Amino acid sequence: MAEARDEGSAVSEPLDLVRLLLDEVVCVKLRGDRELKGRLHAYDSHCNLVLGDVEETIYVVDEEDDEETVSKKSEMLFVRGDSVVLISPHARTF
Amino acid sequence: MENGAVTQGEGKDPSGFLSEIIGNPVTVKLNSGVIYKGELQSVDGYMNIALEKTEEYVNGAKRRTYGDAFVRGNNVMYISAD
Repeated sequence: MAEARDEGSAVSEPLDLVRLLLDEVVCVKLRGDRELKGRLHAYDSHCNLVLGDVEETIYVVDEEDDEETVSKKSEMLFVRGDSVVLISPHARTF
Repeated sequence: MENGAVTQGEGKDPSGFLSEIIGNPVTVKLNSGVIYKGELQSVDGYMNIALEKTEEYVNGAKRRTYGDAFVRGNNVMYISAD
């Protein structure tokens, strides 16, 4: 196995991208039209996540079809992996 | 019953197709109907996907862009090479 893993920036499998986001502010899309923005403290292969300084945004469609957002803040959050849809670095999101 | 062995002859297997299109522009559709177009960085056995220069389309309209995006495999409906 001559596969050197010490390069640190190599993305050979998708979860390497998440590894590069450790200690960065990330944007996580969840099932049920929810989004989290926070600092990624930990993750595993199930995409269970630990986020700090989190803002959760919930997109709600009301009776007149207007889209509203509800925000909640929490200091520390454990996210169960099965509700994760997408993870991206926050700075590059616009 | 000579077909007991798993041989595919000329045909390629699905993961062979996926490794062939790494680095190419792809369209990924999720079960929710949301579509991501971007450059395929990598795929793993769970069909987790890493995309570059990603555009998100909801109901056919462009919603936003991501520099990099990790998509969890269970949400994927299909991956198509553009």
